[in-house]
This record gives sequence, C-alpha cells and structure tokens, in this order.
Amino acid sequence: MSAATANGADPAPASGDVLVRVEDLRVHFPITSGIVFQRKIGAVNAVDGLDFSILRGETLGLVGESGCGKSTTGRAILQLMRPTTGRVLYEGGDLAHLSGKRLRRQRKRMQMIFQDPYASLNGRMTVSDIVGEPLLVHRMGSGKERKAKVRELLQTVGINPNTLNRYPHEFSGGQRQRIGIARALAVEPNFIVCDEPISALDVSIRAQIINLLQKLQREFGLTYLFIAHDLSVVRHISDRVAVMYLGRIVELAENATLYEAPMHPYTQALLSAVPIPDPEAEERRRPVVLVGDVPSPVDPPSGCHFHTRCPAAREGLCDVDDPPLVEVRPGHYAACHLITATDFPHIRAGEDDLAVVAEGGGAT
Amino acid sequence: MGVDEHTLLRLTDLTVDFASQEGVVHAVDRVSFELAPGELVGLVGESGCGKSVTASAVIGLTGMLPNASISGRVEFDGRDLLSLPESEIREIRGRDISMIFQDPVTSLNPVLSIERLMTEGLELHLGMSHAAAVTRSIELLGEVGIPKAAGRIKDYPHQFSGGMRQRVMIAIALSCNPKLLLADEPTTALDVTIQAQILRLMKKLSHEYAAAVIVITHDLGVVAGMCERILVMYAGRIVESGPAKPLFARPHHPYTIGLLTSVPRLNEPRRDSLETIAGLPPDLANLPPGCAFAPRCYLASDECWTAAPELETTDPGRASACFHRDRLRSGSGAGVAG
Repeated sequence: MSAATANGADPAPASGDVLVRVEDLRVHFPITSGIVFQRKIGAVNAVDGLDFSILRGETLGLVGESGCGKSTTGRAILQLMRPTTGRVLYEGGDLAHLSGKRLRRQRKRMQMIFQDPYASLNGRMTVSDIVGEPLLVHRMGSGKERKAKVRELLQTVGINPNTLNRYPHEFSGGQRQRIGIARALAVEPNFIVCDEPISALDVSIRAQIINLLQKLQREFGLTYLFIAHDLSVVRHISDRVAVMYLGRIVELAENATLYEAPMHPYTQALLSAVPIPDPEAEERRRPVVLVGDVPSPVDPPSGCHFHTRCPAAREGLCDVDDPPLVEVRPGHYAACHLITATDFPHIRAGEDDLAVVAEGGGAT
Repeated sequence: MGVDEHTLLRLTDLTVDFASQEGVVHAVDRVSFELAPGELVGLVGESGCGKSVTASAVIGLTGMLPNASISGRVEFDGRDLLSLPESEIREIRGRDISMIFQDPVTSLNPVLSIERLMTEGLELHLGMSHAAAVTRSIELLGEVGIPKAAGRIKDYPHQFSGGMRQRVMIAIALSCNPKLLLADEPTTALDVTIQAQILRLMKKLSHEYAAAVIVITHDLGVVAGMCERILVMYAGRIVESGPAKPLFARPHHPYTIGLLTSVPRLNEPRRDSLETIAGLPPDLANLPPGCAFAPRCYLASDECWTAAPELETTDPGRASACFHRDRLRSGSGAGVAG
C-alpha cells in the first residue's frame, strides 16, 4: 500500500484535464427545535467531506442508494444548494464564493437535467418558452435568433420543431425529458449534471434517452456528472465511477476496474445485488446479501459508516477509526481499513463473489 | 376442462374497458392465463400495459373502479370472483388472496400501530383472540426479519424504514396463510441492497407457506431470479408467455426481445449504444387496427397492420401473439436478440 496518499489527495488520474474539482465538500442540513426561537439540535450530514475531480469530456458516474447524498452533491456543485464548507473549482475558479452576476455568468457553462420530466417543466409555458428561457435569462441573441435556436435545439434532441407552441402536457414522459435536455443545451454548456435522468421513464424509452445523451456528448464535447442508482446504466455510460455511502465516497475507479475488480465491501455487495435479466446467470450467482438498512445520516455510525452492515468489519478498528479515501492502485481509490491492512486477505479475494459477473460474460 | 386441483386461478378472456373523454380505453383485452398452486409467475410490462388492472380484477377490486366495464371470468378455487357478491369476495380477499403494494410508505395506514395492522386480519379471518393474534404477529414479524419484533409491535409505520415497512407488508400479507399473493412492484420503491433482501424473503416464504405468487413488475431483472413462468403484457394483452429460462434465452415476441436488449446488463460486455424500441407506448383509447406493437416493431409486415395476432402456442408451455412467431422460434427473425 505504498500508493496510499494523504487524506485530501486528488482522486483523479494524473493525466487528463480537470474541469471540475471538488475539495472537502460538505453539506449539512440543520435540524432545529422550537417554533419561535429555533435552536439547532443537530445536523443531517448529507455530504460529508468529498474530494474528487471531473475530467474534461468524461462521464463520471455517481452511484449510491437513496439518502447517500448523491443528488445533494450534484446540486452543491452547481451551487443550487450552497455547500456548508469546501470548495468547488470550475476551471480553477472557486464557485462556492461567487454570488450574483459572477455566479450567473459561470452558470451558463453548467446545466442540469432533472429526474422528473413532469415536475421540472412549467406546465403553463410553451415548449418554445421553456427551451428559450435560458437564452433570455443570459440575454443571448435577438428574439428571432432565439426562435431559430429553439427550433435547432428541438431538432437536435429529436422533437418535431413544429410543436414548439405546445404545452408540456401534450408530450409523453420521454419527449418531456428530451425537452428538458434541449433546455439544458440552450446556453451551450460544457458541463451537465444529469440527476437520475431516466429513472422516471418507461423501460422501452430509457435506452432512447441514454443514446441521446451519449450522442450529444460526442457532438458537443460535453462533460457529465451522471447521478443514478442503477448500476447497470452507470456502467454503460460512465468512464469513471464513484460509489457513495452515507455522505462519503467509498470507492472511485475507472469503469472497468470498478465493475470487474471492486475492492470496497460495499461496492461488492451493491454489484452482487443488481438483478440480471437472465435466469441462468441469476442461478449461478452467490450474492452478498447485506443485513439491515442504511443507517440514518442524522446519527451515522462511528468509524467507518459502513461497519454496521459490513460482512468483514473488524471490531476495534472499523467501528473506531474513519478510513480515508486512499489510492490503492493507480487511479483506484477506496476508503476501507481492510484493503489497506495487509493481514486481511479476505477482501482481496472478494473477487470470488464477483466471479459470477465476469463469468456470465458469454451468456445469452 | 374444469378447474381441478392443479389450477388455483384461471382467467378467461378478462376484458376491462374504461369510459373516458377520449373514448373507450381498452385497459385489459381478453387476458387468459392459469396459475397452479404454489407457482411463482412474473407479470411484466410497462406503465399502462394493464398489469395492475389485471391484478385488481384478480383481487376483486374492479367493482371499485369507476366507469369500468368488465367481462370474462376470474375463477379462483372454482369460484368466479367477478360474479360473487362483495360480502363473499371480502372473505376471500385478505385471507385466500392477499396483496403487497409498491409503496410501503402510503400503503400502511399511518395512524394505526403495527399491532392493529397485523392483528386485524388474524382476528377477522381466522377468528383468533386478540392475545393469540398478537403472539402470532410477533412470530410473523420475526419470520420476515424484523429484529426484536416483540418490542416493536406497538410502533407506528413511520418508525420503520422503507425496507422494514415492506417486510411488515409481507408479514401482513402472509398472516392468514393465503393461497395466492399478488405483489405489485414490490421492490420498485426500495434500494438495490434492500431489494435483494426482499426478493429472497418472498421466494423463501412462498415456498414455506406454499403460496402462489404473481409478481407484477416492469423490471425483467426482478422476475428473472424469482419466477418460474413469465407473462409479458403490452397494450392490455398478453403478448408472450412461457417458462422463464427458455423465454429469456430466446423470446418469441419482438416486444420481449426489445425489452431484454434495451437494458444494459452487468454480465455482458459494454456496448457503444443500446438497442432501442422505436416510438412510444400506444394510446389505449386509439389503438391501431392490427397488432398494437406493429408501429414500433422491426418485423412488422402487411398483415400486422390489418389484423391482431392471437396468443398461440409455439413450444410446449410457451405462446406468442405475433405473426412472425415461427421465425422467432427458429431463430431466423431474432434480429437484435443477439
């Protein structure tokens, strides 16, 4: 474990151009008591000290179960939610300390695609107004130019431009998501946070939207932070993947490394729990079924947050010390005492459980 | 062939239409299938395909659907649920047939304690005393994996996490030893590690209680590891049915092929792009005259646009509603099935 770096190291390959850099990002929501005089009695540590980078042109997948803080992370990066502490560097400039006009100018380069295409489009606005609004806000082009741009954007995302005077309710879920994507593209951003962009859609529509996102990335050189709970989809779309558990990143690696040789016991359990639509492969699997539920982020467990559910946790170590995210192999980061402890071969051999995943490769 | 001991449930030409402003919505169109005692069946389809309305009919809840006109037969244990009076259905529902709903947050009454929720069925259907019902409830909660169940029986649903609430739902559903359990998207609201726990639990308990289970879901992955037989629905009709293994290995309907190939899988190499099913799910009030899937189908030919194919046997135990079923069966039309 000579590769182990100090806490706060930069989990990004040495090569590659960093577009977004997140340093010690924390978002804590206060819990208050009392009606008139509100006293702070605690905090939900939704995001609890993240350090990572997003490289220009890549898709970084951010996965985890509900309540792990992945959506809050996405919002805090875009400053839709102000971080409690920490820095978010966009092309080297800190966003967390910008406000007003200067923040708005930066926002033009960062956009978001939301999960629910029913809630994220204003039902009283026409498609033309929805897609054109970012252009208006950022005072881009004349009325005529904006109209032309909206038509072009709709064409790009696969919506008939002649429908621009219609309202959102006249479109299906998948079409609405396309409209949301057109809106995000309007100001020609470099970076898009996709927050569960397909989970509200029908199965047969999901693939269409995934393919569209990939096509747009190629065409416009976009950088994505792709937030999702579906590990199969994240594997399909991401270059690198970060796994979150209770407000922290527990593992971060290149796509193939994370899926084929995961090191953290949580990642291993998560991967083995993903259902595979193939009865033969399901039969061969020996899943690591975790006991219990995700603990509350109000009162996270001591030491390693995962120790209460970890099949390999060691008393006196995992429940006491908080493991830092260290570079175990080049580009492969994990936060687990057992990986760094040389006398514990069990976890290293944990690939056993994943053998099924690799072995099923030639099935069907 | 009458209902014998090998058939627990038999649906014959179940049809449910709803009157709406846009016209008649054909939610369920001549659905027929059988279920043997203890059998695990997956009913798969996208939103609006009619799978939940079919489940409502099986549990005798269609009487509560406004504007619905229902025809066909739903025979359970030899009795047609569609013609039984509400009082008799009430005796069956909750005792012989029970249901697990998608959202454990909204489907447990928040003002009732777990004790009330659990003991209600035991007292009503099995005539247990309250004390006996409480004892049995604690046993059941232990069986579904709720730690220190005796200490938690006085708690209310909001004091449990989503996964634990779904366990309570399963305990309630199994409390009267049902012959049939309907699980409508039982794990859709749950996290993946919790989903794995719940699916294993349902499979284990269905064997222990010898209960037949219909798992209703949009996720083929959920039923792949759990169900013995699969029914695929599209636009109100069953378009394919058969034992899970051969059906997943070589589907006989282009819609099933599309569903299977449009989702990325962990056990396959990554692909540059995903196969897609073109177009949109149909409007059930304005179905095309021929096969409802024809506008999205890569195999569609002239006949598909004029007549709707019937669900016909392809291999033993398997059936497909597609004019091109023979090509798919022999493998020559598998196209994107890979």
